[in-house]
Amino acid sequence: MAGEAGDMTAPLLKVENLSRRFGGLVAVESMSLELGAGEIVGLLGPNGSGKTTVLNLISGALKPDAGGVFLRGRSIAGLAPHKIARAGLARTFQLVRVLGSMSCAENVLAGLAFGTRRAWGAAAEREVEGLLIRVGLAARTVTPAADLTYIDQKRLELARALALGPEVLLLDEWLAGLNPTELGLAIDLVRGLRADGVSILMVEHVMDAIRSLCDRCVVMNAGRKIAEGPPNSVLADKAVVEAYLGTDDA
Amino acid sequence: MKIVAALALLGGLACVPVLVGGYGLSLAINILNYSVLATAWALFSGPTRYVSLATVAFFGIGAYVVAVFGEALAWPLVLLIALAIGLAIAMLVGFSTLRLSGVYFVIFTFGLAELIRQLVTWYEANVTRTLGRYIFLDITTAQIYWQLLALLVLVLAIGLLLRRSRLGLALRVIGDDETVARHVGIDTTMAKVALFALSAAFMTLAGAVMAPRWTYIDPAIAFNPVVSFQVLIMALLGGAHRLHGPILGVVPLALLFEYLLARFPNHFSILMGLAFMLIVYAIPRGITGLFEQGLEKLVLWRARRAT
Repeated sequence: MAGEAGDMTAPLLKVENLSRRFGGLVAVESMSLELGAGEIVGLLGPNGSGKTTVLNLISGALKPDAGGVFLRGRSIAGLAPHKIARAGLARTFQLVRVLGSMSCAENVLAGLAFGTRRAWGAAAEREVEGLLIRVGLAARTVTPAADLTYIDQKRLELARALALGPEVLLLDEWLAGLNPTELGLAIDLVRGLRADGVSILMVEHVMDAIRSLCDRCVVMNAGRKIAEGPPNSVLADKAVVEAYLGTDDA
Repeated sequence: MKIVAALALLGGLACVPVLVGGYGLSLAINILNYSVLATAWALFSGPTRYVSLATVAFFGIGAYVVAVFGEALAWPLVLLIALAIGLAIAMLVGFSTLRLSGVYFVIFTFGLAELIRQLVTWYEANVTRTLGRYIFLDITTAQIYWQLLALLVLVLAIGLLLRRSRLGLALRVIGDDETVARHVGIDTTMAKVALFALSAAFMTLAGAVMAPRWTYIDPAIAFNPVVSFQVLIMALLGGAHRLHGPILGVVPLALLFEYLLARFPNHFSILMGLAFMLIVYAIPRGITGLFEQGLEKLVLWRARRAT
């Protein structure tokens, strides 16, 4: 098995038969997906279909009841979230979570100091500045994160996730709630991340963003995968349309 | 410049036992003791916002170590034993309870102090068959004062180092959002336990240093829960989010409690309770918070005048 750890043909992130139930409710059942290096994969599905639970299972916020998660062939299923973060997997949250009492720079520093880079001191300060410029918050270094607008908080959260130096980034509806201009900028930003070698798994409802960003989509309904493939063909799939809109008979 | 000022202040404080009489020295010791306790409390509880009522558990352990080993062993060795026991118990408690948060943690720490008091009482009553212990040590009041002063300098120095360290940042992240902390790679359990133990170490040492002041101790004296509440309210009054904050709360409250105790000995608890309520109601962000708000207003006012 040790030889597989460095296998370059293996997908960067592999999720195998992942299951998780909450009491009697099966939130995720036998979910499998793969994310290749340099890929952007969309995770779609109606509300309550288990998308966020999948992200929580991958990032360690929840422990799976069964199934495996592999990052570069290394099993990370059930590890503590901080270990998964240090292994090179970062995430944002569906309901944006910034460190409100701390400045924007400190928010980003939190990602740098404990992630894969473990940067500190003057070198870390330069990186903080670079990351804030990157997400468009250059002028906000000393602003407390709680004082930012919703959109800027999302930007800050992304900068903090990037500060971890991740290979895999999980975005949970990061593009939701943006106006058309902001959406255009945000799509360019995400595309730029891929150019930098970050692979992205994104839960998203904004169809324009899915069509222009995703190489592939995985669609979930009621905890299971119901379709997978390029965005246009997946979105035209009968099972997917039924999951979102219901059947003709209903 | 700052260092020179700090050294001058320290030099001045070191001369206090020579300058003041018995009553003044006893008051100064009281203030120093609570300064160490409140600063140590805020070291952990300030950034993490985990409110601990276990202060007196560790303080009492320190005092009891002196009562047991004080006469048999050399003083530095006694302090080392106190430190070791305090650290060990803090880590044990930390690993088993720091998964709790919010009100559960508060109640647990309060329960812990009571549990240790009951255990010591039970042991003394059933095994040693003594309810109290005498502490006769060749340690002068001035020496106690100097030891507390050294302890205060040490806890402030460590607090200063901590603020600039990765661990210090980790604790502030935990205080803001523990979920985020875990997802940015912080081992939250380790960080919390490390700081809880560090904070407890100073509380234990303070208890050990203070023990010779009493001559006689029993569990009710050494583990008096009022100490935990007083430390909490002093730190809150001063402002637990700043290193120097707790001391700003200790000085006025120690003086106030001293006055109330002397003037209204029968109604002390009621008056102390009133003081607690007033502080929490009127200055929730503490004295340092008030000062910072004032400063912000001044900056805004100036900015408005400039435009």
